[in-house]
Amino acid sequence: MTGPGGIFAARVITPRVAVNAAVLVGLALVPVYAGLAGDPFLLTLITRVIILALAALSLNLIMGFGGMVSFGHAAYLGIGGYAVGILAKEGIGSGFVQWPVAVAASALYALVVGALSLRTRGVYFIMITLAFAQMIYYVAIGLDRYGGDDGLTIRTPSQFGGLIDLNNKMLFYYLCFALLLAAIYLVWRIVNSRFGMVIRGARSNERRMRAIGFPTFRYKLVCFVIAGAMCGLAGALLANHTSFISPAMMHWTRSGDLIVMAVLGGMHAMFGPLIGALVFLLLEEGLSHVTDYPDLILGPLLLLVAIYVHGGIDALLFGARRG
Amino acid sequence: MLCAGMTGDAANRCTGSMLYLIEQLLNGIQLGMLLFLLAAGLTLIFGIMDLVNLAHGSLYMIGAYFAATFAEWTGSFVLGAIFALAATAAVGMALEVIAIRRLYGRDHLDHVLGTFGLLLFFNELVRLIWGPAGLTLSLPSEMLNAVQILPGLYYPLYRLVIIGVTLAVALALYILVMRTRLGMLIRAGASNREMVGALGVNIKLLYTLVFGLGAALAGFAGLMQAPILTVQIGMGENILIAAFVVVTIGGIGSIRGAFIAALLVGLVDTVGRTFVPDLLHVFLSESASSSLGRALSSMMIYMVMALVLIVRPEGLFPATGK
Amino acid sequence: MADALLQIEGLTKRFGGVVASDAISLSVSPGELHAIIGPNGAGKTTLIGQLTGEIVPDNGRIRFAGRDITALPVYRRSRLGLARSFQIASLFADFTALGNVALAVQAHAGHSFRFWRDARRDAALRDPAGAALERAGLAGRADMPVADLSHGERRQLEIAMALATEPRLLLLDEPMAGMGLEESARLVATLRQLKGDVTVLLIEHDMDAVFALADRISVLVYGRVIASGDAAAIKADAAVRDAYLGEQDVLQPGAADG
Repeated sequence: MTGPGGIFAARVITPRVAVNAAVLVGLALVPVYAGLAGDPFLLTLITRVIILALAALSLNLIMGFGGMVSFGHAAYLGIGGYAVGILAKEGIGSGFVQWPVAVAASALYALVVGALSLRTRGVYFIMITLAFAQMIYYVAIGLDRYGGDDGLTIRTPSQFGGLIDLNNKMLFYYLCFALLLAAIYLVWRIVNSRFGMVIRGARSNERRMRAIGFPTFRYKLVCFVIAGAMCGLAGALLANHTSFISPAMMHWTRSGDLIVMAVLGGMHAMFGPLIGALVFLLLEEGLSHVTDYPDLILGPLLLLVAIYVHGGIDALLFGARRG
Repeated sequence: MLCAGMTGDAANRCTGSMLYLIEQLLNGIQLGMLLFLLAAGLTLIFGIMDLVNLAHGSLYMIGAYFAATFAEWTGSFVLGAIFALAATAAVGMALEVIAIRRLYGRDHLDHVLGTFGLLLFFNELVRLIWGPAGLTLSLPSEMLNAVQILPGLYYPLYRLVIIGVTLAVALALYILVMRTRLGMLIRAGASNREMVGALGVNIKLLYTLVFGLGAALAGFAGLMQAPILTVQIGMGENILIAAFVVVTIGGIGSIRGAFIAALLVGLVDTVGRTFVPDLLHVFLSESASSSLGRALSSMMIYMVMALVLIVRPEGLFPATGK
Repeated sequence: MADALLQIEGLTKRFGGVVASDAISLSVSPGELHAIIGPNGAGKTTLIGQLTGEIVPDNGRIRFAGRDITALPVYRRSRLGLARSFQIASLFADFTALGNVALAVQAHAGHSFRFWRDARRDAALRDPAGAALERAGLAGRADMPVADLSHGERRQLEIAMALATEPRLLLLDEPMAGMGLEESARLVATLRQLKGDVTVLLIEHDMDAVFALADRISVLVYGRVIASGDAAAIKADAAVRDAYLGEQDVLQPGAADG
């Protein structure tokens, strides 16, 4: 069957399904293992992987399926994070307020950026999305009240009134994991729906889409907003995870990291962003234990993947597939 | 002059402001010229090889590091600069042959991924070879003097040298691109890649030379600004973004566009940083106008780019076709 | 004519110093198969571009079913019933044959802000798409990726997609280009079947097909319509003969295409 599906469409246990399932099971057991092994750092690391995988997934919705390469996606991580941080500092600690605001603010910024940027194509689109991310980055630096360049510590995590205590690292991990799984499922449904077909058709041949009667601009814009909103949620999670927000969250190299994760994992695979985030961050972490100069290995590795691996790790392991 | 009608204190303040403005305009032109060096290489590589090169800033960094090292070995800034230029061009061409050429024809995303890896690699390599601390590059003492260019206005000689030398390079580039056979191939390649190949030109060599030229320009920019700004790891990243902004505004593949856009960006950025906080101070408090001013002025070049793209989505002077 | 389906009045377009369309006026009646012929460089591509909305004319007007569509964006014209096929097949390479036609069906099935239901299993899309493929003789190829289709099959798919939007006017851009004898004959048969149901504006070089199918023919030379009438009138027209100087065999029935 054509079209991505991950494990949700599986009727047969293919290697891809098996590996994805194994990864999910492994991730589900991380807190247990970390607890037994007395290694809280592992839990911290993998929580970060999960959160960034959510961000990379949102990017892949527009990039992998929609062909819209946004080099400013980290902006939404920042907006989501700052929504939580700013509200916390102003005395509004309830997650029921913070998180919807994070999502809404990100969606709003995505609406503005998308409405202006989607008039351009190709490299110009990449550059203008980068520009808009830089703008919000500098705004954050200028926010002296909220730490400016140095950033702001968040003293208490988002409060959910006894429903869940985010101070509990294990509970927080499972919350992030659940949200990621829900997001993967949501993206899967979107991509295969009528809406998804328009997005994928526009990536395949936008001129023909318009010729057969689709007003592609509005669909791409809505997709862009959905992706921004999802990444804003990831930003809220990230702020809670690190208990810290700073403009560095939105630096353009962070946007670059997200692109790397999505491409590395395989842009046409539903689990691609997760695999990409896992491999990229674990590699980064692992190499720093092995050598004082990890990027001497990581850098060329990324280059080799770019040159020789069409379709990312997903294609490397399971063979090429069509988008 | 504008201040002619005034007397005494007011006249002095007015003249002082005018001179200050002129000084900032010169700074803006100087920044613009450095940006042009970077943007010219980027736009050539983009226009001809259709390659997005995030590692271009690394070549800028390497140029500065080489210059600092060679200047120390030879005891001469100029000799150090010449060797650094040659070395950076060599590194660029080696890079093209070993790695870059395998990315041609691929999706832009593959370029982003690959050159991002190179960017990480070079930062780490520099840290390995030269250490994390950064270097200094000192100028011959005459260069540090200020020269009087207008009554009451003194401007550092070296900054004037930067403007002058870069203009000369721009002129040389113009002659190269417009008057030589190589330049004709470059222009043809920028507007129609397939045709140039079909003409039986040694495309591989052309691409290597173009990449080497871009590397040399980037390295040149790096070593020129080294004495006044910085020689440190990651120095290429911020200016690279500004260079991408210049290329986008100017139009991909166009050197003329890069020149005009570079001047525009250099002026907007410098003059903006200087005067926006003061402008805001009229309406807001000292601290508010200072922080908001800093934020706004940092954003200005991006706002200009966004504006240009909204009105002309292909930049100001795009090379036609692709 | 008051009841012309497509009315073009004084359409003009200049590119720099070149006049690609020079006050073109013609009309297409409902149910008619109207062919436009002309030597290379006559401005056929520019005309199509203006009809579909990709090129904005400098002057002139286009009326479709009585409505002025001169300034209407591309997608809206399709919604109104003006479909076009591309000379070089412009398909969705990552989709199957069925997927391609399903997209065309979907475009005219209301809005697509539906985010949940699986479109690949949606009978409202699959059934009409399947029927369109059958009419085009591609029923066996439904689940094949486009990349695996033969050249001729892609041309068939190209037209099937245009037809799937249930158009009132079908604008065909040199559909015979590059087709072999057998394929051309099949396409002529298909078009003959459509006559009467769908109004067709056919841009073509293949004179056999044009004379076999067209109710009326307009001749475009250097952006101007120099003659318009039925097949007999065109063959007899001196100006048309002059325009095709050097291609004198072209107007003889049974000759090779130009």
